[in-house]
Amino acid sequence: MNRVVITGMGIYSTIGKDLDEVRDSLYNGKSGVGLDMDRAALGYRSHLTGIIESPNLKGLLDRRSRVGLPEHGKYAYIATLQALQHAGIDQDFLNKNEVGILYGNDSSSVPVIEAIDKMRAKKDTALLGSGSIFQSMNSTISMNLSVIFKLKGINFTVSGACASGSHSLGMAYIMIRQGLQECVIAGGGQEINPESMGSFDGLGAFSIREDQPQKASRPFDRDRDGLVPSGGAASLILESYDSAIKRGANILGEISGYGFSSNGDHISVPNIDGPVRSMVMALKDAGIDKKDIGYINAHATSTPVGDGKEAQAIYEVFGDKIPFISSTKSMTGHEMWMGGASEVVYSLIMMQHGFIAPNINFENPDEHSEKLNITSKTINSGFDVFLSNAFGFGGTNSTLIIKKVK
Amino acid sequence: MDKNEVVDIINGFLVEEFEIEEDLVQTDATWSDIGIDSLDFVDIVVIIEKEFGFKLKGEDMVNVRTLGQFHEFIYTRHSSDQ
Repeated sequence: MNRVVITGMGIYSTIGKDLDEVRDSLYNGKSGVGLDMDRAALGYRSHLTGIIESPNLKGLLDRRSRVGLPEHGKYAYIATLQALQHAGIDQDFLNKNEVGILYGNDSSSVPVIEAIDKMRAKKDTALLGSGSIFQSMNSTISMNLSVIFKLKGINFTVSGACASGSHSLGMAYIMIRQGLQECVIAGGGQEINPESMGSFDGLGAFSIREDQPQKASRPFDRDRDGLVPSGGAASLILESYDSAIKRGANILGEISGYGFSSNGDHISVPNIDGPVRSMVMALKDAGIDKKDIGYINAHATSTPVGDGKEAQAIYEVFGDKIPFISSTKSMTGHEMWMGGASEVVYSLIMMQHGFIAPNINFENPDEHSEKLNITSKTINSGFDVFLSNAFGFGGTNSTLIIKKVK
Repeated sequence: MDKNEVVDIINGFLVEEFEIEEDLVQTDATWSDIGIDSLDFVDIVVIIEKEFGFKLKGEDMVNVRTLGQFHEFIYTRHSSDQ
């Protein structure tokens, strides 16, 4: 069984468009949340959202490559370009080696809606344009990036709701560990637009703390009132330890454990048992003791019920050996299909630079979070091993444990 | 609309929208010479409908091999529709 390491990462998020910007935002507890009042015209209950700038890829990519890319495909392209550069992997390497892509994504709403609107108006499918089908599919990101980067390895999209990004890393880890691939691009992408979030808003799941948008996302806080939808993309380069050493690559961390589970319970309300099993499985896979975990990047999304369940699950697993915990969703909002991957990027940045990002807006604990060690301020000390949780609708759970390679 | 206007519109979108190098846009060039493939042609159908108000069909293109023949086809068809 091969050791699996991370040799590059890239990020395009509401708290920064590259690793340096994101590092500064994480360190300073900077929020990427704002308001989108266009949502009012569609009857949204909450106008809160992560705010991200739409990238212009003209000049970077030719027309044929751009035409099939939806919004979050563009974010994923930028993040992947950064990650490959970070890993020291050029097109020549991609041409000569079998590199795969397993990317997390679970929707592509806007192209589907635009196609239907055109069909209803023009009654003619020949007027939809050549990019429509490729933009519309859930596998749009892996599909497009494998063509743009001329990849020759495994090629599909991992859909597991808000655990998609984390499961994509887990799947890539399994492939490399088993010796089926030497190098895989993994990550997660998430669209930010009113079209994709309407029915979620209709569940009443979003925060309505609109007088102070940057205080709305408050995981674990007693006065949290819901999540803030967000997005962007994050990419990581996973490869076998031997491949990394052979190329002289810089190793950012090693994936030492992947755990997962399904709750077998409610479609949207999490339980405690599922997340516990996911964390226990990851610890067992990593072959480490819970006291070796220096930091937990929690899934906690700022929902009244969800955060409480995760807090209880963490307490059940870690008991009195609880490490520092923060949820970076306090700054970014809930990045959904991107989250599981981006939160590994955020944690790797922290591990690399020797700090723990704050769980901002954590002002008062509730009965469950008061038992945990949640950091509301930046901690200027490092850690060597972290655990990252990502849970999604349908009760899908994913836990990754990543450590420094000394 | 006279023929020159039709040619300007077509060559214009090939350069602007399709990002084809201006010096490749020649009357005796084939689609392949210009770098237009079958997927790109789907988008040309959309643009022609928008600019000239009619929909191109596959059978229309059977005898159109060069850009010059394409200009001629579009001009003739657009004129006959007026």
